Order: sequence, then structure tokens, then C-alpha cells
Amino acid sequence: MVNYQERLDRTFAALVDPTRRAILAQLERKDSASISELAEPFAIKLPAVMKHLDVLDHAGLVTRSKSGRTVTVRLRPQPMREAMEWLRRYEHFWSGTLDRLAAYAESKDTDARRRGR
Amino acid sequence: MTSLTLVRRIKARPQVVFDAVSTAEGIAQWWGPDGGPVLLSESDPRIGGRYRVRFRMLDGTEHESSGEFLEIMRPERVVLSWRWKGGLEDPGESRIEIKLRAVPEGTELTLTHSRLHDEQTRSGHQAGWTGSLDKLEAHFAGGASA
Repeated sequence: MVNYQERLDRTFAALVDPTRRAILAQLERKDSASISELAEPFAIKLPAVMKHLDVLDHAGLVTRSKSGRTVTVRLRPQPMREAMEWLRRYEHFWSGTLDRLAAYAESKDTDARRRGR
Repeated sequence: MTSLTLVRRIKARPQVVFDAVSTAEGIAQWWGPDGGPVLLSESDPRIGGRYRVRFRMLDGTEHESSGEFLEIMRPERVVLSWRWKGGLEDPGESRIEIKLRAVPEGTELTLTHSRLHDEQTRSGHQAGWTGSLDKLEAHFAGGASA
């Protein structure tokens, strides 16, 4: 059983590579694709694409299913959702915290001006 | 590099905002995302100086983070390292940059929290993927099957 932090590590590590992000973007447009379709836009060889798919698969971001000689790749959104939620927690934290900072600084500045500073 | 940027306009002068974000007395007045109290606030606002802040949220949970002032230029810019105590939320060290710019109504504050969750990817990679993540998010929000 892979824990939450490890899953996040894998997701973020998978997403840091531009080729892998481009692969995900392709899958986003197409719903599913074969490995050779995925490899087409890139100036890299099929084995390199396979390696990227291994990383994405390991992170749970794609699934591969084999039918005859064709491997079909699909996007799997769950890990991405988790990563987004994790980032959103930080966003909530800062959003609330900056609201309080603004309120405090504004009252502080008003006081200072009233005292003629 | 995972990062988050928020921009706020504040009706106060940059030096007032700067002192609010850098001094222990200032931080004690507003730190934390809800109305919960700040329990501890320490700050030594000079390069290499440390800060530590602990707050309680309205749900009763307590959180503490600490770090170092990496850059400080009153009243324009402060850069901090950041780490949660205990590290349950995020075990790594991240970086916070606060930029303050004078605008007619007061201050425009830009906060960037970067190097989030990339301990293992820090070396060698420079790609910012926030933009592509937004696009993917839009896709998932559109009801892709899980």
C-alpha cells in the first residue's frame, strides 16, 4: 500500500518532465491513444516514450491495456486530483492568511496616520 | 518546480505592510488562515536571521513553521525558507517570496510560495508546470471518468 505522501511524490516527480506533461496533454485531448500515436509528435524513439509511460503508470496517471499487438493508453485523473487538492490547501491557507494581513496592515496604517506619522 | 502565487492590494503603505510581515509583533497579529490565535511568534528580520510561528486553527489543530530570512530589503522584498514542524503536511523545505510595490491605493503584495513538494526533483529540472496543471484540471473538472 503506497501512502499519501509517496503518491504525491510520484505524481509531482512525474509531472516535472515536459515530455510527460505533453503526453498527458495529448491524452487529455484524445481520451485514449496507442503508444505510436503518443510518440508521433516527439523527436524521441519509441523506447524513450515507453520509459516515460512507465513513470506515468507508476504514478498512476495513466493506464495501459493490451489488445492483440496494440497497447492503448488512457489518462487516469485520480492522482492529479490529489495533487491539485494538496496545492489548493496551500492556496486556502495563504488566501485566508493574506486577508488577515491586509486587515491588520490597513488598521495599523490608519492608526499611524491618525497619529500624524 | 511547483509554486503558488497570490496577489493582493492592501490599503496601507509598503513600509507598514513590510513591518507586519517581518516583525514578531506584526506576525503575532494576523498569522493563520482563519480567526484562530497565534500562539508563538519569533522573528529576527535580517539575512540569516530565523523566524518561528505557531498558530491554532478554529478546528483546534495547531501548526508551526519556521525558517530563515534569505533576503530582506525594506520595504520591497523579503524571501524566507519555510518548513512545517513535524512535516506531516509537507516534509520538505519550501521558499516564500513576498514582494511589495507601492500603488496609488497603498501596496500591491505578491506572494510566491515555491519549491513545494520537490525535494526529489529540485536538482536538474526547471520546468514550471503550474500552467499545464491548470489545463489538466479544467479537463478533470469537465467530468473525466476516474
